[in-house]
Amino acid sequence: MNHLTIDTTLVANASLKKGGMKLFTDLVNELGNSIKTNDKLDALSAYFELADDKDKVWVIAIFSGRRPKRAVNSTQLTLWCIETINIAAWLFEESYHTVGDLAETIALLLPENNSAQQTQTLTWYIEKFITLQKQDEPTRKQFIIESWMQMGKEERFVFNKLITGGFRIGVSQKTMVNALAKAVQLDASVIAHRISGNWDPATTSFSQLLSSSSVSVDFSKPYPFYLAYALEGNPESLGNPQQWQAEWKWDGIRGQLIKRNNEIFVWSRGEELMTDKFPEYHSLKDVLPNGLVLDGEIIPSIEKKPLPFALLQTRIGRKNVTKKQLQETPITFFAYDLLEYEGTDYRDKPLQERRNILEQIVMNTNHPALIISPVIEFADWKQLADIRSASRDMGAEGLMLKRKDSIYQTGRKRGDWWKWKIDPLLIDCIMIYAQKGHGRRSNLYTDYTFAVKDGDKLITFTKAYSGLTDKEFAEVDNFVKRNSLEKFGPVRTVKPELVFEIAFEGIAASARHKSGVALRFPRINRWRKDKKPDEINTLEDLQKMLELYGK
Amino acid sequence: MQLVDFTDKGLYCAQGQFYIDPWQAVDRAIITHGHSDHARAGSKYYLCHHYTKPILQLRLGNNNYESVEWNEPVYMNGVKITLHPAGHIIGSSQIRIEYKGEVWVVSGDYKTENDGISGQFEPVPCHTFITESTFGLPIYRWLPQEVQFDAMRKWIQQNKQQGRTSLLLAYSLGKAQRVIKNLAGSVDHVFVHGAVYNTQQAFKNAGWQFPETEKVTNEISKELFHQNLVVAPSSAADSAWTKKMQPVSTCICSGWMQVRGNARRKNIDAGFALSDHADWNGLLETVKATGASKVFVTHGFQSAFSRFLNENGIEAGEVKTAFGNEDDDETISPKAVNEIDVNAE
Repeated sequence: MNHLTIDTTLVANASLKKGGMKLFTDLVNELGNSIKTNDKLDALSAYFELADDKDKVWVIAIFSGRRPKRAVNSTQLTLWCIETINIAAWLFEESYHTVGDLAETIALLLPENNSAQQTQTLTWYIEKFITLQKQDEPTRKQFIIESWMQMGKEERFVFNKLITGGFRIGVSQKTMVNALAKAVQLDASVIAHRISGNWDPATTSFSQLLSSSSVSVDFSKPYPFYLAYALEGNPESLGNPQQWQAEWKWDGIRGQLIKRNNEIFVWSRGEELMTDKFPEYHSLKDVLPNGLVLDGEIIPSIEKKPLPFALLQTRIGRKNVTKKQLQETPITFFAYDLLEYEGTDYRDKPLQERRNILEQIVMNTNHPALIISPVIEFADWKQLADIRSASRDMGAEGLMLKRKDSIYQTGRKRGDWWKWKIDPLLIDCIMIYAQKGHGRRSNLYTDYTFAVKDGDKLITFTKAYSGLTDKEFAEVDNFVKRNSLEKFGPVRTVKPELVFEIAFEGIAASARHKSGVALRFPRINRWRKDKKPDEINTLEDLQKMLELYGK
Repeated sequence: MQLVDFTDKGLYCAQGQFYIDPWQAVDRAIITHGHSDHARAGSKYYLCHHYTKPILQLRLGNNNYESVEWNEPVYMNGVKITLHPAGHIIGSSQIRIEYKGEVWVVSGDYKTENDGISGQFEPVPCHTFITESTFGLPIYRWLPQEVQFDAMRKWIQQNKQQGRTSLLLAYSLGKAQRVIKNLAGSVDHVFVHGAVYNTQQAFKNAGWQFPETEKVTNEISKELFHQNLVVAPSSAADSAWTKKMQPVSTCICSGWMQVRGNARRKNIDAGFALSDHADWNGLLETVKATGASKVFVTHGFQSAFSRFLNENGIEAGEVKTAFGNEDDDETISPKAVNEIDVNAE
């Protein structure tokens, strides 16, 4: 029985080693450990001052979601780890569900390394991953296992993370941009622009990436988006309504439509190039003026009325679109801002001026896929509040308020732009399944499935993962641990007792769900400790909501 | 022969008519150690190790206590009872029960690494072994404590340089004594929360020696905090209590810090996986060393650990208990934490 009794005698503490991937490992650790944005900023700035230029390029790429394609998938990593340490598959699974992160689970399960060797640089590993994509499985396996054996626990974690992707360690792109700005002495908005768009970290050097000539090289590059904070309270605090422009807030994908060098590019806010996904946009190339960047919403609509987000989802992720889809879910672009015109950056001009040109362009273009997002006329805040309450009828999720003389800023900024969303829809329901979470919710039951009443049965209709405080999560976790059938695997069936109010932004019919509905943005609004299980809503209530808001 | 039954009041020996760490008031309770989920108030009689008695007096008040030395037999209705070091905290003991040649051992909480104050754990040969499994997954394999203490000393040095108070959150009974003993040499002053102070005082009165500590008071200057170490129970973090010490670097040392997510959700600056519980290897080695042919697995990862034992030729079953886990303050009821702190103040 002692094949798992692993020797813990540790000779070399991984963190004492110098060189190799250590600098990057330390960075990841520091970012993971620090809770203050300033500490993260300092750690990144220090890294950008010390690290090798090529490694820096990869760090920028990784933290802005430009990881190379996976050479090895999670299943292979799991199998090779199981094989290396000779552990039962179920015990590996059980460990994984408790840790909530595959890269970390493997790092924790592999035996301590008593003779950790000097590791290679970050760039070396990534280039190796790229080469591995073209190699056969035994070669990949050999490389992975050999690398594990050369590393200490911390480096293994980072190495595995590089493979599985998703460095979710609380570094926003904004923090990274600020750190870079500090290190290379450039304005943050300039940096944000440089690192956006289409560039290949494998062939781009640090100086190319940050040199002033790089923008003209990549003519597909979008501008960093200007994002609004949510307006809390009422808009009277904004002052004179005459100084504000109101628009509908659409529930699509924020995007930039670019025409440069007589080519069309459509970028999502997540910096994904989506041009190929939406053939509706392609003929805009022939009618739009050159040197143009528009900000707006990628959204399906018929006769300028938006369709539910659920329909947009049927179009994402699909490369080959059927004729039927093009007819039933035509993708359009609701334009609301102009960032570049005739090749000139217009972001520093006041909104009103940008808007006037934008309206002209959309009108002259006269293309079914390009729609102007209308400005809402209103006399005072009271009237606007009434208009806002009708948002759902418009297929909108509320209003946007923009100061008429505002420039187009970079990132999320307070002051000039606000989103004023409508109150969510609410439903009371009961928790019946729970699953352990990931990341900072490791080993805590935080992912729940909820049910409403259907006669004397309970029928599940949504999952929700957010909305409780840490303290409440701990309390629910405690309840789950004491009120569930003890068994293996991630999901616990829980005694139906805890009532929650779920908030959501929209509802649509769904054949994929037993309840027949799919919710948009479901989250826990509050824990209804005042309600008993038999006081929850019914499936009929959901169906009524679908009838009212889901068409 | 079933020497211990699993009842709704706790582990019960019918032949000897006593409970071990009952979670309700009973006539006769044998207590493995002083943590609040194992030592509860209201019973008419308590049997424990000499070292545990002052803790019970501090926490449960005056009761009918009897205390014994390790390996000193007590008989109850023909059942021979002896206590054996469990290495978890000061006084922590395994309970060995023998009747007509049948031997059962209840481990209580234990750790196999010798921390220098809690006694060296010794596996006790038995037919049936009832073991905890707080860290019963192979992801929990501890580094030697010296490695962790070195890392903590480094953390303190770094805080000194940056002018931050080193605030170490540790359970007032057990972990606090352990870190104070090992880290006091790195600073001029160790400041402690009242709960930690009073626990230490109780040990001192019982003849234990520990490095000097000072209660946190309003008179202590910010600068003095910034160059030294503060030890407090986790309920003190984030409270007005730490206001005077800001800026603060907060750390937790607990086995749960082995996994990054646990440290992240506590919003702390550092986490060290230093535990008073056996790790995966410790649990397995112990089960093997007892030679038990039947193992019951309680509080922790009982499903996984018992399945693993079964698959590896040791008959094992899982038992649900109402023990919490002092290594993870979140699973103790908030009430229990408050009670301790209130009692100690």
